[in-house]
Amino acid sequence: MELAVFAITAAVALTGAVAMVLSKNAVHSALFLLLNFSAIAVLYLLLRAPFLFAIQLIVYAGAIIVLFLFVVMLLGAERHEEGADTLGWQQPTALVMGIGLLAALLVVALGGPLGAPAGVAEGYGAPEAIARALFTDALLPFQVTAMLILAAIVGVVVLHLREQQRG
Amino acid sequence: MIPTYYYVALGAIMFAIGVIGVLVRRNVLVTFMSVEMMLNAANLVLVAFAFARQDILGQVIVFFVIVVAAAEVAVGLALLMAIFRTRQTTNVDDMTLLKG
Repeated sequence: MELAVFAITAAVALTGAVAMVLSKNAVHSALFLLLNFSAIAVLYLLLRAPFLFAIQLIVYAGAIIVLFLFVVMLLGAERHEEGADTLGWQQPTALVMGIGLLAALLVVALGGPLGAPAGVAEGYGAPEAIARALFTDALLPFQVTAMLILAAIVGVVVLHLREQQRG
Repeated sequence: MIPTYYYVALGAIMFAIGVIGVLVRRNVLVTFMSVEMMLNAANLVLVAFAFARQDILGQVIVFFVIVVAAAEVAVGLALLMAIFRTRQTTNVDDMTLLKG
């Protein structure tokens, strides 16, 4: 049963990923990326991570995709790339190198002793466990994250202020 | 129980698709989306390893990665808008100058 859910979700995730790269229209790319993110959220549930399932849907499928769609439509970037490539050999080379990377990654991924866990510990993945880890072992990174978000907010505001002053 | 390497293989395939997307596509927004998908592939592998080792700290790392990714998208898209204002393009081949 679990394997069937995994197989279907993995197929949906890969379909979303491939279609995101292949689709000519950037709006379609963003929507296929949303499909991919949602499939990964389901995989998080299979991996007993309900907190990350919620975070994935709220932050990625909610905020980030909406931001992408907003910018794509604002810039009018949805039309496909016109004109010839300035580096003709770059795309085939990139494709070959990417497939080589995939082969190397798969050899490493399938070579290790990575079986399933013997059993699920009591309370594993519960939000209380994550909160306890966040406020004890990972307290310093948690506080640094607050500074990071503040810096990001200030950075975005400064970028837009300079544009307004210039034009 | 699903073997961990199924998840690792899925993450590897998604990461490779993201790399190919970054290298092949010329629309800078699609390139950026491919980077986000690579982050997600790495997140999936981290959660799979956390499950295999029954260690909750793996999920905490993914939480931090998601926070950093959200900040990165906000700043990155603001930068893209600033570039578009001055150069009127979203094609990476046209962005050949460092000065604005």
